Amino acid sequence: MAELDTSSGGGKKGGKVRSKKSSTKVDLTAMVDLAFLLITFFMLTTTLSKPQAMDIAKPDKDEKNDQKLELRASQTMTILLGKNNKVAWYMGEAGKSAPEIQNFSQIRQTILDNKKKVKESTGKDIVMVIKPTDGANYKNFVDIMDELLITGIKTAPAIDDENILDNEKAFMKQQGIL
Amino acid sequence: MARAKVARKSTSIDMTAMCDVSFLLLTYFILSATAKEPDPLDVKLPSSTYKLKVPEKDISILTIGTGKVFFETAGPDVRAATLDKMAEQYKISFTPEERKRFSVIGSFGVPIQNLKKFIAMDGGERKKSGLETGIPADSLNNQLSDWILNARKSVAELHSEGMRVSIKGDAAEEYKTVKKIVDILQKQKINKFSLITTAEGGK
Repeated sequence: MAELDTSSGGGKKGGKVRSKKSSTKVDLTAMVDLAFLLITFFMLTTTLSKPQAMDIAKPDKDEKNDQKLELRASQTMTILLGKNNKVAWYMGEAGKSAPEIQNFSQIRQTILDNKKKVKESTGKDIVMVIKPTDGANYKNFVDIMDELLITGIKTAPAIDDENILDNEKAFMKQQGIL
Repeated sequence: MARAKVARKSTSIDMTAMCDVSFLLLTYFILSATAKEPDPLDVKLPSSTYKLKVPEKDISILTIGTGKVFFETAGPDVRAATLDKMAEQYKISFTPEERKRFSVIGSFGVPIQNLKKFIAMDGGERKKSGLETGIPADSLNNQLSDWILNARKSVAELHSEGMRVSIKGDAAEEYKTVKKIVDILQKQKINKFSLITTAEGGK
């Protein structure tokens, strides 16, 4: 297939009848094709199958160290993760502004809007507080961390699953997401 | 005048060398690819857009699903050293044969009391035996915490590196269960850990 007959066609004039020698060359093209296909496959699978990781840092939990950092109300947005894939969010202090219930598909826009608002009014970056409650599942938590990455929140979010305030709980119960 | 004859050259190229090289590479990639160990606990990972690669060395992976926790630490040397430390702590002795067998077991979820029986089985039986009830992680019998602590010590001794902890959680797992495990980590002052996710397409 890959070889063309390039012999000049002479040789019939010679008197001797030569026994026909068959070529010892094997056409390796197909074999090389196959080998490279397999190489490509193994290269891609070894590098692509590595799982991705998300780095999470939680606040240090030391019984002796009971310091609490106060966050400025004007630049804080708190997101509560509830059940049925719902979130509740509010700006500033708990109880002063009514939380709003949203889906995971809407929260991205909200984060972006609030980020812009905080930047315009205070000139500082927004601080996010994430409070996963017992009703939330693991996927919700990963999703919300992912949203923060997508919306480009640079400051490390505070992940607080200890201090869920009573009025936050009451609101979530009332809305049926706890 | 006679036309100058152009010598006709063969169009076939000698593929032997190319074939050699490509098979050499192929062999390399096959050998370097580590066989994927089957996960005893089937978890559906949540997806995210994070693009951090999980390191292969000096890491422990906690698999969380259906309320159970499975533990895995990377590297046969670390596994064997961790088992030694656990054996000492729980006053169970393991034979060199058992140590060797344990060092090739990936993720496992058996209480240490059943570990001897578990090691003696082969792959197929392990799954069927029903011994894999998850590693006890409650406050009275916190074997998980000991496994993590001993794995950290082993990594520090053998590789003089800090061990990373990764959590592989099922997407539908309740946050409560994950929090329980995270609390165990935080008790050991592990405040930074990674969550293993699958890559999300696009963006």
